[in-house]
Amino acid sequence: MITALRKEFLLQWRTRAQAVAVFVFGATALLLFSFAIGPNSAALRQHAAGFLWLGLLLSSTLTLSETFHAEMENHALEGLLLLPVSPRALYYGKAVANAIQLIALGIALVPVMVVLYDAGTTRLPTLLLIIVLGSAGISAPGTLYSAMTSQARAKQTLLPLLLFPLIVPVLLASVKSTSLVILGDPMSQATSWLLLLLAFNGIYWSLCGLLFDRVVED
Amino acid sequence: MQPLAIDAAHLARRYGRRWAVADVSFQLARGAVMMVAGRNGSGKTTLLRILSTAIRPDIGRAAVLGHDLIRGREEIRRETALLAHYSYLYESLTSRQNLEIVGRFCGAAPAETTSALERVGLAERANDPVSTFSAGMRKRLSFARVLLQKPVLAFLDEPFGQLDPQGFQLVEQVVAELKRGGATVVIATHQVDRVAGFADVHLNLEQGRMIA
Repeated sequence: MITALRKEFLLQWRTRAQAVAVFVFGATALLLFSFAIGPNSAALRQHAAGFLWLGLLLSSTLTLSETFHAEMENHALEGLLLLPVSPRALYYGKAVANAIQLIALGIALVPVMVVLYDAGTTRLPTLLLIIVLGSAGISAPGTLYSAMTSQARAKQTLLPLLLFPLIVPVLLASVKSTSLVILGDPMSQATSWLLLLLAFNGIYWSLCGLLFDRVVED
Repeated sequence: MQPLAIDAAHLARRYGRRWAVADVSFQLARGAVMMVAGRNGSGKTTLLRILSTAIRPDIGRAAVLGHDLIRGREEIRRETALLAHYSYLYESLTSRQNLEIVGRFCGAAPAETTSALERVGLAERANDPVSTFSAGMRKRLSFARVLLQKPVLAFLDEPFGQLDPQGFQLVEQVVAELKRGGATVVIATHQVDRVAGFADVHLNLEQGRMIA
């Protein structure tokens, strides 16, 4: 899997300009959401968590839909599958690389959220943990669905249509726990939402790894 | 009895309603060079893709290097290499990076990447992205990819395509080297005259079926 992960980092480094574009897209989305609320700082702060995760989710579809672009260009994925390598290792390499990219994007969007929505927090380690688990929860099924839709003509449309309903629990838990971190958590509910995130990550990462070879093999 | 590299029985594969390969059965001894000839659309590529485990047959069975085509897919992939119509290369990566990826998965030493690039005459372009390569250079790099895999059984689909006369010589030399090393080589080609000289076995296909 390490070899597969190195390959992904190499490919991502070669297309790093795209990561900047995705961040700009996410930041612009956050800015537009703030226009929808207007100059009401209390309302902005209250909705900050939801907007952060919506921005991250919309940006993630741009990243995920391009995940298999390089693999399909010269049928490179088929070439890899014909090497002595497990399809599962290829999947986990790609999914981990996607998760890291989404985590980096999430971390980069936090200062934008703080500035636009006045939604600062001192519980940064917890916020980081939520971003890590939330991004991983999007990346695991996102990578699988990206493989499924990579050869479809309307992959940009098809991917969100398939992915969004599946990751509702992850999105809900991420928004709720982020909101509790920003607005305060007097009843200590964040732990429950984090456990839910952890559970869904366990399900997605194990199930998608098992299904990947059925998706990519003839 | 001489061990078999390929033992295929009634292999068939269809796309939609059309049978690309239909009822193909043959045996190939280890260390032999087999030429698969036929017109465009005769099923050469599909046959090679079935035998290299890129696709599954709809009907029939085969043992490749003693492993079942379906159940022993991983074992077959460990010992075979396919030079396909597609280059299997990453456009944004350099030729060296492309080979290093293959080398790491196959357990090849970094020095072997360099020697494979030298073998196909691309050492000077090792650090250039594949997107800047001509079709012939891509073919050479795909050849280096096959060499790096050190196959016991090599499937070469139209190996002469897009190559210059020096490239033709390179293919012939590599096939001779593989044969000397005990490897079995299956070549699908239109260049019948060029391959007939060194092929031990001929297989002719027409509309997916074997002909005499």
